[in-house]
Amino acid sequence: MNSEKTRVPSANGDAALNDKENMSKELPAGLKEELMPKHIAMIVDGNRRWAVNKGLPGMFGHNAGRTILMPLLRLCSQLQIKVVSFFVFSTENWRRPTEEVDFLMKVVEDLLRIDGEELHSHGCRVSVMGDKTKLSETLQKLSAEIEEKSRANSGTHIIFAVNYSGKHDIIRACRSLATQVKDGVILSNQINETIFAQELYTKFVDFPCPDLVIRTSGEIRISNFMLWQMAYSNLYFTKKYFPDFGPNDLIEALLAFQGQNDVLC
Amino acid sequence: MDIKQRTQMYTSLSSFARKCIFGILSVATLPNHIAFIMDGNRRYSKQHNLVDGEGHKVGYSSLMSMLRYCYELGVKYVTVYAFSIENFKRSPEEVQSLMDLMEEKIEGLIKEESLVNQYGVRVYFIGNLKLLNKSVRLAAARAMDATAKNSKAVLLICIAYTSTDEILHSVEESCEEKWDEIKVLNDKKHEKDIISVLDIERHMYMAVAPDPDIIIRTSGETRLSNFLLWQSSNCLLCSPSVLWPEIGFRHLVQAILGFQYNLYYLNKQKQT
Repeated sequence: MNSEKTRVPSANGDAALNDKENMSKELPAGLKEELMPKHIAMIVDGNRRWAVNKGLPGMFGHNAGRTILMPLLRLCSQLQIKVVSFFVFSTENWRRPTEEVDFLMKVVEDLLRIDGEELHSHGCRVSVMGDKTKLSETLQKLSAEIEEKSRANSGTHIIFAVNYSGKHDIIRACRSLATQVKDGVILSNQINETIFAQELYTKFVDFPCPDLVIRTSGEIRISNFMLWQMAYSNLYFTKKYFPDFGPNDLIEALLAFQGQNDVLC
Repeated sequence: MDIKQRTQMYTSLSSFARKCIFGILSVATLPNHIAFIMDGNRRYSKQHNLVDGEGHKVGYSSLMSMLRYCYELGVKYVTVYAFSIENFKRSPEEVQSLMDLMEEKIEGLIKEESLVNQYGVRVYFIGNLKLLNKSVRLAAARAMDATAKNSKAVLLICIAYTSTDEILHSVEESCEEKWDEIKVLNDKKHEKDIISVLDIERHMYMAVAPDPDIIIRTSGETRLSNFLLWQSSNCLLCSPSVLWPEIGFRHLVQAILGFQYNLYYLNKQKQT
């Protein structure tokens, strides 16, 4: 799932050309390696509507959502995307019926326990970002375990945002900096964007800012996901519900992304 | 009928047609705050073989038209992204020409017959104004003073602005304000209570307006480019493919219909 390729620059023109041919053979549908986003973020939306359309109880859609994750992640790994993040549960989602919240939390547990394990075995790094103190003990334990186990992996870094809010991410950074100012570690006028970014949840991520943000189910808004980090992100909206958003749809999104970025270069 | 009469008749007819359409739109909820990212002026210049900088002038008249439509419709707050801090990185000639244009237009705003006085609009300049040169800064201060008594609508012009800079400034101000409380903090447990979301929001440059309902970015780009990140969390994002100088009445109507549909759909969701 994760193949590390090292390209040796060659003085021989023919060898370099073959190299290029081989690379474009590996990439599907005309995608260009040099225009590949480093970090793709997905706002997971539409699980319930997908299920209701099929005559099932809404919350069963979350299982279908989990099922589509692995094919998507396999494609991301193949394309050597460095970071993929998923907005799984927002702080606003606590307002949903208790039954649905409990069901969704169980799906997340399976996600970390079973899928997390599989991703780790393929060399991917798994992280959970959000206010974990409000999550169940089981979830906190599973999250700590998979993060610890996969910390040193060098494959695709996969981030699940659970109980996450872009505004609270910023507030946390603010509080941390306030304490540092109080302790004399820094002066308040020394706070700049780089220092600020080092206090956000994404401080452990090599590429904290998504190049491409995809939101499914036709809603055209950001809904409090990674507000700071998405300052310059390309936003892609699709009407498909998340369980229907497969690898081919991701390729379409990437083609659109590469098309726009090509024009700007 | 001579040209002048014909133009007058055309203007009156368009105005009447707009009033009818606004009447229809007003049946459902209207947005309270619309924001515009005015993208595509330079591309428009290139496409029409204009001198560099002419695109911005054409863009300015598009802006005046859009403001007129918004205030006629009764939208209370309009925000425009006039100049990002990132734009300072452009060539010095372009930056200077943009600054000159902005100073000229800001002076225009204060005149009696200007649009802002016609519609009772209060003007705010939002951003890190210290980064502007003295004459633009003074012109902006004069414009804010001159329109301070207007109360029917509000125009927020984001100049030398980025969202990340706004958030940082707000964080700095919050820390300074709460400095005394933080200083005597012995118990780490109470750290969380000192600074809250409300404190940060209070110190934002944009605290003078509610969050936008719609953000419209022209030229088909689908990114916020560091504009109103904090405030756009639940806002509808529209990206018509026309360049800013080509934006027209129908694009505004489309955005508002999209907003109304979204609102209806969201309310329906809440009920299920």
